[in-house]
Amino acid sequence: MRIAARDLAIGHGRVAIGSGLSLDLGPDEIVCLLGPNGCGKTTLFRTLLGLLPRLGGRLTLDGHDIARLSRRQVARSVAYVPQAHTPPFPFDALDVVLMGRTARIGAFAQPSAADRGMALQALDALGIADLAGRDYARLSGGQRQLVLIARALAQEAPLIVMDEPTASLDFGNRLAVLDRIAALARPGAGRGVILSTHDPDQALALGARVLALSGGRIVAAGPADTVLTAERLTAIYGVPLTVERTASGRRVCLPALQSSAATIT
Amino acid sequence: MVGPYAIGPLQTVAALIGLGDPQADIVVNRIRLPRVAGACLVGAALAAAGASYQALFRNPLVSPDILGVSAGAGLGAVAGIFLALPVALIQLSAFAGGLVAVAVVMAVAAAVRGGDRVLTLVLTGVVIGALAGAATSLLKVLADPYDQLPAITFWLLGSLASVTSDDILPALPAVALGLVPLVLLRWRINVLSMGDEEARALGIEAARVRLLVIAAATLVTASVTAVAGVVGWVGLVIPHIARMLVGPAFARLLPASALIGAGYLLVVDTAARTLAAIEVPLGILTAVIGAPVFVWLLASGRRGWT
Repeated sequence: MRIAARDLAIGHGRVAIGSGLSLDLGPDEIVCLLGPNGCGKTTLFRTLLGLLPRLGGRLTLDGHDIARLSRRQVARSVAYVPQAHTPPFPFDALDVVLMGRTARIGAFAQPSAADRGMALQALDALGIADLAGRDYARLSGGQRQLVLIARALAQEAPLIVMDEPTASLDFGNRLAVLDRIAALARPGAGRGVILSTHDPDQALALGARVLALSGGRIVAAGPADTVLTAERLTAIYGVPLTVERTASGRRVCLPALQSSAATIT
Repeated sequence: MVGPYAIGPLQTVAALIGLGDPQADIVVNRIRLPRVAGACLVGAALAAAGASYQALFRNPLVSPDILGVSAGAGLGAVAGIFLALPVALIQLSAFAGGLVAVAVVMAVAAAVRGGDRVLTLVLTGVVIGALAGAATSLLKVLADPYDQLPAITFWLLGSLASVTSDDILPALPAVALGLVPLVLLRWRINVLSMGDEEARALGIEAARVRLLVIAAATLVTASVTAVAGVVGWVGLVIPHIARMLVGPAFARLLPASALIGAGYLLVVDTAARTLAAIEVPLGILTAVIGAPVFVWLLASGRRGWT
């Protein structure tokens, strides 16, 4: 299973907010989409999922034009993990995960006992089996994010699109969720994950391929270690940044030291 | 067994199985039985439609009154009374009014590009409802104040006072037909309550399923509105109570709403015909009971909709 975009143009209605976008995602790959707010990350994801019509270029899922596939066919191949949200009704966490089975059951069917088993397994795989019977709306942001990732697992789609999975989380949960994402996409699991993030360190920690998006265009693409240089990060985010190597050999991104407090207004 | 003409439990049973005296037979089988059946049907249908609308619009505050269904059906019936049509045609006109109102609402909402689609739909429903309400008021001004106006007012307040089996039997298949898609799509309606975009990402053709569910719930609402007039609040309050009892999963919520709605309207209608020497319009009682219950729901722990 492989999603391929060539020279893709994205936007809402007729208003283009990005163009010339090319990317590939297949099994055992992690792609990290970096870029400042408003650079088109969410629009790109919605277009990749076929939720928003593309404005130009080609977008295929295993060679098939995604616009010609049914929602069911797309959902069996690509799962979507939105940012943790609060639904209007008090569903159990298990109910929410079971919704991932929708594309696998008949149009008029209810999830079966086997589907429930798969949903429980998905919760277990993320280490949150104890949340199954809890009210989803009352879970913490980190727990809800994990439930939504479990739902993507229950969907059994080889490709997973995650929109800023750590954006609204506190420091500890951010690391915990990132750790689970790394486990999901470990080599040999047969899954491909594309996620957006505000934190270049996450791309470095995941050893991901990086796509840096700025002003609706891809400004850099390649392995995190080679693409994420101090100059490039400074250019993307508009603040002075450096990349340093820790004692253990990992690379981390740091704000460059400012000479004085006089720059603060 | 309760009412201005006293009949004991034994006499009631006797009448039901055809062994009562002629007068009891008429009261039980011709007047009270259709009325009891009518109350159950109307209550069940309105609550089931309300539960569907709430799940679909992801908003626990919506009811069959939104989308202009009630207002449209009201206008249809009032026009029928104004034109002095026979009763059957008044019902048909109410039904058509409800469907036309929804069709107009959905066409207008589809023509408005951009923005939150559900919000657009609900706001359009309010606008069309207000327009239908204005047209209804105009007809009330023009109507004959001695003959037509009381009939119009009574109908707009909702009543089962003159319901006969001839009114209920045509509504039954329409309600049943409307309930079929709601039952079949019970799982997809859960998923739709997560929002259109997520439902689509989970493999549902959201627009198509939404249209089908709205058409079904509207058919259900319009058919019973044609029988009993505008009975408010049932479709708003009952699904909340059902959700507190059985949770939000639609496979349980739909039958629970229907059962509680049937029981509730039966009790309220019995009160409507026995509380006072004159018949109290049903819509007044459901509002008097529904409004405080709803305020209480709002105030007590948000469990129903968070």
